[in-house]
Amino acid sequence: MSADVQLDQVWIQFGDFVAARDVNIHIQEGEFFSFLGPSGCGKTTLLRAVSGFSEPSEGRVLIGGQDMAGIGPNKRPTALIFQNLALFPLMTVWENIAFSLEVKGVGTKERRKKAEELLELIALPGQGEKMVNELSGGQKQRVAIARALAAEPDVLLLDEPLSALDLKLRQHMRTELRAIQQRVGITFIYITHDQGEALTMSDHVAVMSQGIIQQVGDGNTIYDQPETAFVASFVGENNLFKGKVSEISADYALVDTSAGNIRARTSKGKDRLSAGDEAYVFIRPESLKIANASEFDNRIGANIKQQEFEGSFWQVFFDVEGSDRDVKLSTVNDGSTLIHKVGDKVDLGFSADMAIATPAGELAAE
Amino acid sequence: MGRYWQEFFLRNGTALALYLLISVACWMLLMIILPQIFMLDFSFRTNVPPPLWGTEAHGYTMEHYQYMVYGSAQSTDSYNFVDLSVFGRTILTAIFVTLIDVALCYPVAYYLAHVASGGWARLMVMALIVPFWVNELLRAFAFKIMFGSTGIINNFLVAIGILDQPFDFIRNGVALYSGLSYAYILLMIFPIYNAVESLDKNQIEAARDLGCPWWRIHWRVVIPHAKPGITSGCTMVFMLTAGALAAPQILGGPSSLWFTQIIYQAFNQAGNWARGSAYAIILLSTSIIFVLCMMKIFKVKLGEIAR
Repeated sequence: MSADVQLDQVWIQFGDFVAARDVNIHIQEGEFFSFLGPSGCGKTTLLRAVSGFSEPSEGRVLIGGQDMAGIGPNKRPTALIFQNLALFPLMTVWENIAFSLEVKGVGTKERRKKAEELLELIALPGQGEKMVNELSGGQKQRVAIARALAAEPDVLLLDEPLSALDLKLRQHMRTELRAIQQRVGITFIYITHDQGEALTMSDHVAVMSQGIIQQVGDGNTIYDQPETAFVASFVGENNLFKGKVSEISADYALVDTSAGNIRARTSKGKDRLSAGDEAYVFIRPESLKIANASEFDNRIGANIKQQEFEGSFWQVFFDVEGSDRDVKLSTVNDGSTLIHKVGDKVDLGFSADMAIATPAGELAAE
Repeated sequence: MGRYWQEFFLRNGTALALYLLISVACWMLLMIILPQIFMLDFSFRTNVPPPLWGTEAHGYTMEHYQYMVYGSAQSTDSYNFVDLSVFGRTILTAIFVTLIDVALCYPVAYYLAHVASGGWARLMVMALIVPFWVNELLRAFAFKIMFGSTGIINNFLVAIGILDQPFDFIRNGVALYSGLSYAYILLMIFPIYNAVESLDKNQIEAARDLGCPWWRIHWRVVIPHAKPGITSGCTMVFMLTAGALAAPQILGGPSSLWFTQIIYQAFNQAGNWARGSAYAIILLSTSIIFVLCMMKIFKVKLGEIAR
């Protein structure tokens, strides 16, 4: 069984502190949904409101269409995987996995059988008699998933479960998590501050900052069409130019920045730009080109400050007049060496479609 | 082993290392080992006045241990029912008091460790500790006054109509049980608190999230985790209760003797140090055996208790 989750005008407050501000999200049944944001943005608080460990100050949480108000975590059709996993160290692996069945009063024999099935699912067959502490980090991770799945939840909640693992294992577990989700077919709600995790695994991502949902969309949309300055600066790398809108049409704006006039697509968020507004223009490093021809909509004069060879690609840093930040360009290493040297004066070019202008606003911490 | 000592000296410097070694050795020898050896020795010797100690008359015998079981030769009873029953009652009461303390202290310790927040928790700890600044004897007398026939408890119960006339809490042992339970309560609370406090809160939440009702969370998650602390508290409370003297002396009813009182009488009133020693050794070894058995049953190791 799987269920959809609806957050309906949810506010969560602790005294004066607002941890979640008017959150409206509909998570479809059977999808892999991520909340992405820096630490302290309120994503864990939202997860706790879904799992039942806290109640929203205002608004409703609906799971499978049913209002969850007043229903405790032990009665909700959710299972939570904790950041530190919270496996029971004094129980064996199989007792851990079958704990929810034990609570329901299922007999020992059946519990063992179910535990063994789940051990198959997480590729740890026959390891049930071990103690939790005899397992490696990745194995513990999988036992935690099995323990949560044993409760047959409609919705599985994951609170940064991969953050304790090393990089290799984390990447491996991403694939594995996604595969498990597709096999069991239930709704996964995943909390992370790691955009790689969110973008690779999720059907939809909600980017969150200071208790506010900035944007909800699939990975591509979040990356290519950020709606707010925060999303543009938090997801992926972006070069930023600050300025004022001088002209505006339906889809494009001309922004007067310290580096010159830049034509850019306008963001499609709730707040729209109009002429005279403060605006931020974002350009991805991979969208910048060192231009000699006039084929680009925008050109910026720049001095090469530093070049870094990263193997599969080059990173080049520029000084741009009127901007106190370095401008970064990345280009695929196609075998030809860069022909420019540090100190060269070049023109940077990019098309208006590759730049995006958002209303000035909060930026992600660097 | 040699390497260990070498390292010990290197780490602390010769002077400090010697000081530590000598002071610990003196402490162990003078305060613990020697007195117990003397007691043990005394308990196996005939009871003669001090001038004859060390002479031939002060020979070895089993009579005091036999006395504990069979009584005096002149007695018509085949067993020493008086002393044996006092001994049995002392042990049983100590067990009972220990259980009461576990029942009282586990919830308090859990509350302190996982529910109460900063200032409130500190206030509670103060409220637990401060009464113990008062002398043990005074506390016992306070209990005696409280539980007396015109004490506050009787007055209250009569006033609200639960009792028609004052209940004799002292004769019925209620005052004694209460006094003993309270006397060593801190030694139960703090080990349990230490153990419970180290439990990851997420484990409690995880159990709850998996559908666990609260009592089962305690049974399956919190208590197993706190077991070493509970055992440690039980050990101390049981040993100290079985060996308590002040509270039974003051709060015990006229007809109820505590085993330590018999030991006290043997030493101080009967002048029979040998029998007193034998009885003390019996109490000590019974307590130790009892505790070891409990540790075996509850699968707790000595190292865990000391933690």
